[in-house]
Amino acid sequence: MTLALTVENLHKVYGNGFEALKEISFEVKQGDFFALLGPNGAGKSTTLGIVSSLVNKTSGKVSIFGVDIDKDLIGAKLNLGVVPQEFNFNMFENVKDILVTQAGYYGIERKRASERADYYMKKLGLWEKRHGAARMLSGGMKRRLMIARALMHDPKLLILDEPTAGVDIELRRSMWEFLRELNAAGTTIILTTHYLEEAESLCRNIAIIDRGKIIKNTSMNALLQQLTTETFILDIEDALTQAPHLEGYGVRLIAENVLEVDVEKEQGLNGLFELLQDNNILVRSMRNKSNRLEELFVSLVDKTLNQDNA
Amino acid sequence: MNSHDLFIAFWTILRREIRRFTRIWAQTLLPPAITMTLYFIIFGNLIGSRIGEMGGFDYMEYIVPGLIMMSVITNSYSNVVSSFYSTKFQRSIEELLVSPVPNWIILSGFVLGGVARGLGVGLIVTLLSLFFTDLQVQHLFVTVAIVFLTAVLFALGGFINAVFANSFDDISIIPTFVLTPLTYLGGVFYSIQLLPEFWQGVSQLNPILYMVNTFRYGILGVSDINVGFAFMMILLFIGGLFSYALYLLKHGKGIRS
Ligand SMILES: Nc1ncnc2c1ncn2[C@@H]1O[C@H](COP(=O)(O)OP(=O)(O)OP(=O)(O)O)[C@@H](O)[C@H]1O
Ligand SMILES: [Mg+2]
Repeated sequence: MTLALTVENLHKVYGNGFEALKEISFEVKQGDFFALLGPNGAGKSTTLGIVSSLVNKTSGKVSIFGVDIDKDLIGAKLNLGVVPQEFNFNMFENVKDILVTQAGYYGIERKRASERADYYMKKLGLWEKRHGAARMLSGGMKRRLMIARALMHDPKLLILDEPTAGVDIELRRSMWEFLRELNAAGTTIILTTHYLEEAESLCRNIAIIDRGKIIKNTSMNALLQQLTTETFILDIEDALTQAPHLEGYGVRLIAENVLEVDVEKEQGLNGLFELLQDNNILVRSMRNKSNRLEELFVSLVDKTLNQDNA
Repeated sequence: MNSHDLFIAFWTILRREIRRFTRIWAQTLLPPAITMTLYFIIFGNLIGSRIGEMGGFDYMEYIVPGLIMMSVITNSYSNVVSSFYSTKFQRSIEELLVSPVPNWIILSGFVLGGVARGLGVGLIVTLLSLFFTDLQVQHLFVTVAIVFLTAVLFALGGFINAVFANSFDDISIIPTFVLTPLTYLGGVFYSIQLLPEFWQGVSQLNPILYMVNTFRYGILGVSDINVGFAFMMILLFIGGLFSYALYLLKHGKGIRS
């Protein structure tokens, strides 16, 4: 099995003495869709910055498709496409030029670069704006421009640092679709995001980083398995004045027509519905109180916070 | 990256650099044309006719090579310093940093962009000077070689300045406080033979003197200094600055945290 990315004991101390990464290690397999999650300031962008040689590392090892960046930096970069968190194109250049120029840096001739640029501009909804200066794009369009730019040379590994920040819901969905297709066609993708439902729906493997340390690195399924309690919101037909007693389940009345119920993993939902039936409570609809990954994430990050403070 | 890819990468950078300064020609190409025309009129015609001869030539003839050189120096320097600094400032330098373009190609692309503007302006000024005097080039190879190397040297200087610059102010300090005085004192307007011996010696420490005089030698056939020595020195400086700029890029000075 080929590894798209290997990070070993990566350590980063910034010029001002701030220790942003503390010997982190993780791997991303070829073909994977990998989420790197963590709260603000955890060190995600620092990690991805080092991988894409925008940030100098203090120590540790990084290999892209087996090519060590210290031994053959140019060889390592050939397979890499990067969408950084902050906009970093020349705001005065026009959209198409930005794409064609980027392709030129990979030795792609102008004619072919121009065709590829057209393809991605159409695909990512930038076609209308192709002759405009980059500064005239909306925030979401600027993000898509950075995605198109990163794909100009058809990289095998695509790194996306919060690609959907500030992108509206409809567009975000279409971006997910686009990224899924890309991944299905063989591109390995590493993504950071603060929208956990996005990570849950797209990614197969995950690492959670918190204050410069990896606190979890596993498959998405395995992680979701760890969730022991789920909380559901039930909209009920008839108004209640107090929460009904449902043996074994924690129940709270939120509003006269809304119940909140905690369900342990081993309990399942059938028993709950039987009890509701017995109590003549008619349920109109039901949903998760919050995203499952979100709950886990918060509990994991809280836990390390408590450990550190202890 | 094979040599074909490298060439495309190099040409991509150079092309972008040339497009940048031609797009904003009113800020880059027009001002030197106006300033130099004023120099020709005021120093060459009005004052020059009172001065008489300099180094055995008409004053106008004498200063034209110096003024051409002065515009080449300022323009190749300022092109790279402002272009590379704004690339850094806008962070679009990251487009190059993530790409597989080797540092020496990045450096060459920016430097040759500066050379293109320096020589472009040099050519414009030369053409303008033809309205005021006849230019007969005595040593074509020396003339072309020295103007090219000078442009390379100052483009490199501009690059290094931009690497260290942290604000737009920083990119005008060196041109104002170092380049301009050195150029004015570098024999653009006078022959150092006119100076007392002590100041002749001091002037010889000024590298710009060698370039201006070598260029003047190429055109007029006279020089205050040894031309062979000038070439050797400028090549040495270019080698030194090129290596230093590469070293700065390799360590990401000013561009990578
Ligand atoms: N150039 C820098 N100099 C000093 N400290 C820095 C620098 N860049 C980042 N840091 C610090 O390093 C830590 C990690 O930053 P990083 O940008 O990697 O976080 P992140 O996980 O990407 O956060 P976010 O979700 O907010 O983007 C932060 O505490 C940040 O303040
Ligand atoms: Mg970040």
